[in-house]
Amino acid sequence: MLSYTLKRLAFAVPTLLVVITISFFLMRAAPGGPFDGERQLPPEIEANLKAAYHLDEPLPMQYLRYMGNLAQGDFGPSFKYKDFSVTELIMQGFPVSLEIGGLAIGLALLIGLPLGVIAALKRNSTIDYLVMSLALGGIAVPNFVIAPIMALVFGVLLGWLPAGGWNGGALPNLVLPVIALSIQQIAYIARMMRASMIETMGSHFIRTARAKGLSEVQVVLRHALRPSLLPVVSYLGPAIAAIVTGSVVIEQIFGIPGIGRYFVQGALNRDYTLVMGTVVFYGALIVLMNLLVDLLYSALDPQIRYND
Amino acid sequence: MKTPFQRFAGAFAATALLSATPVWAQTLNIGVIGELASFDTSQVSGGTWESDVLLDVFEGLVTQNPKGEAIPGVATDWDISDDGRTYTFHLRDDAKWSDGTPVTAGDFVFGWRHLLNPKNASKYAYNLYPIKNARAVNTGELPPDALGVVARENGKTLEVTLTEPTPYFIELLTHYTAMPLPRHTVEKYGRDWTDMDHIVTNGAFKPVEWVSQSRITAVKNPEYYDARDVALDKINYYSTEDRNAGISRFRAGELDVLREYPSSRYQWLKENLPEATHMSPMLGSYYYVFNQRQGEPTADPKVREALNLAIRHQVLAKQIMAGTFLPAYAFVPPGVHHYTHQELPFKGQSMDERMARASALMKEAGYGPDNPLDLTLRYNSSDEHKKIAIAVAAMWKPLGVRVHMQQAEATVHYQAIAQGDFDVARAGWVADYNDAENFLALLGTGAGNNYGAYSSQAFDQKMTKASTTLDADKREALLQDAERIAIDDNAAAPLLYYVTRNLVNPALTGWQDNPVDDHLSRWVSFTP
Repeated sequence: MLSYTLKRLAFAVPTLLVVITISFFLMRAAPGGPFDGERQLPPEIEANLKAAYHLDEPLPMQYLRYMGNLAQGDFGPSFKYKDFSVTELIMQGFPVSLEIGGLAIGLALLIGLPLGVIAALKRNSTIDYLVMSLALGGIAVPNFVIAPIMALVFGVLLGWLPAGGWNGGALPNLVLPVIALSIQQIAYIARMMRASMIETMGSHFIRTARAKGLSEVQVVLRHALRPSLLPVVSYLGPAIAAIVTGSVVIEQIFGIPGIGRYFVQGALNRDYTLVMGTVVFYGALIVLMNLLVDLLYSALDPQIRYND
Repeated sequence: MKTPFQRFAGAFAATALLSATPVWAQTLNIGVIGELASFDTSQVSGGTWESDVLLDVFEGLVTQNPKGEAIPGVATDWDISDDGRTYTFHLRDDAKWSDGTPVTAGDFVFGWRHLLNPKNASKYAYNLYPIKNARAVNTGELPPDALGVVARENGKTLEVTLTEPTPYFIELLTHYTAMPLPRHTVEKYGRDWTDMDHIVTNGAFKPVEWVSQSRITAVKNPEYYDARDVALDKINYYSTEDRNAGISRFRAGELDVLREYPSSRYQWLKENLPEATHMSPMLGSYYYVFNQRQGEPTADPKVREALNLAIRHQVLAKQIMAGTFLPAYAFVPPGVHHYTHQELPFKGQSMDERMARASALMKEAGYGPDNPLDLTLRYNSSDEHKKIAIAVAAMWKPLGVRVHMQQAEATVHYQAIAQGDFDVARAGWVADYNDAENFLALLGTGAGNNYGAYSSQAFDQKMTKASTTLDADKREALLQDAERIAIDDNAAAPLLYYVTRNLVNPALTGWQDNPVDDHLSRWVSFTP
């Protein structure tokens, strides 16, 4: 297992290199640059800016310079947010996104899994239809609709919770964004869990378990649950990576200082270093999460073993 | 073990103590529409949200009153030489940085050299180009100490030499690019002087906390010379990019001021929060550029005139934009200092008359129902720009103009139009300083923002002459002449003037609508 993990981590390096290289050149190929805007800059000013950020060098030189700095763990300065380096921006924003995203995923599992199991066990009953329609609603209504409505109802009309703001991560400020972020995940997880549970309940080993005279509760908890979790786990890997790196919608609506916005703002502002920083960070996280998923697989399913 | 009563009494006392502070402390919560780029004014990218913070924490030689007019700041007064090229500023004795160090003329010299030093790559360095040798310093041809600014009399006097007499120079100094820099801390900490642990400022407030992308907190600067008259103790600037969410936060009482609420919400806000909803004319122009490069259909003045004639400005302002813009009939908006507002000559004519003339002009230019004119109209992606583009295209349709719309994100849009890749394109300009020259310079031959490449010798001559004319009335006449030339040439299509849109807690006093839309918190207080 250890050597498998190490091997996978070693493979991650060339994967990330490819991702970085492609992103670097794609970003430069996009029309418009970091200094194009409503106001045309005098040529001398533009020359100063280009020199300061080494944009006057040939592209391969810029690439080598970037990779050299990256090898030393330096993501470079942000083109837009001058008082922070890209590393500082990510390090300041990531804990916030991680907290909101982690809580949202936790909440989604806590609610989504039992809902899916119940719906599967009571298949085609009123409960099943109710859960599945709600889940469909949760998937269909995007969070840029849910979030402002929640802010309006609970923040403005009822006044129970703040309509926005981070306030150092105080509990009242967490409630709305976490719920808004988790709704879609609850829906996905419940639907996935239901489908996989139904499949498991129809398999031979469940019949054997029942034939041994186990109670239905024991059958579900001891035999059906574990294998049914597999599809959910493989979904969770990339999903967690995506959610803990922030949601631009939730962050902007609730004014949360996470890193989700950097993916969008960085690209729109052509903030080359910021875009590259977020790409490297997100890429590394995806690789890591996928590895964790594979390791978790072998824990859940005895048939899966990683040989060296 | 405490009795319940003791506990209650203890809690009561604690609450009384805690609430004692807020009774006196005034905290202002402002929703600004973006994130400050830097507290180093040379590194700022030019957003209105950046002035909101910087003008509260720094003060230049000249500052602004609640009406947005230039008033003495760190300088108590100034003398201007007869040739208009030398300004001598007398600094106040009691101007101090927030650590108690006096603000000297040397701090201005240091700050301006820092801004113009090519190594610092300041985007807005050109704001100080009127100063002698500024451009040469900025390009690296001359060393920073060649800049035409000298500190005299132990730092109590600042002498500034200009290349040309610049009648709007005082207005220019209200901009954050003209702020002083705390030489003593910059030399001590280098680039880290803006760290919250090190930063010192000389405005009415000093920043104490910055949570990136969330909030900047500033507190009253006790060393400020006018601190006695500053009512607020604390300001939180919340980065509020989603302005609809900002409205919710304003309604929930979490914000006292929301800057630039979305125009689409104006009607609703006016009905539901009439006392808080502010809107007033602003020094900003929303216009369409005609590409006048050789071979373009819009290089023909007849076509340009016809297109301008067919635009229904009132419809755009009132129906399409629901009253959140004002109709524009000129390049320079109304409300500019010392300038009489000009207007398109056909403003008073009926639409029938205008359309008849427009059709005739199109015919003369060789277009008509059988030979329609195809135009590419470019705009940067936004619902507002899209609505306006669709409306204008519909207004041009009766002339046989077929409009092909092309939208792109802002960076791509401006790059494309700077390269001349368009027939008609959307552009906007908000004044850097309150002067007609700032708008008219956009039409000068070879000017950076002259996207349409309009070029008129007569116009350029008037502008050049105006730039060296010291007499304010004569200068105004020259600028008016220039604007009339551009209007007669249909150099561009003025469509709308911007307005300021703010939600302001009615309990605030000292907050005034003004055409530059700068609101220094120094003047603001809560009504007791």
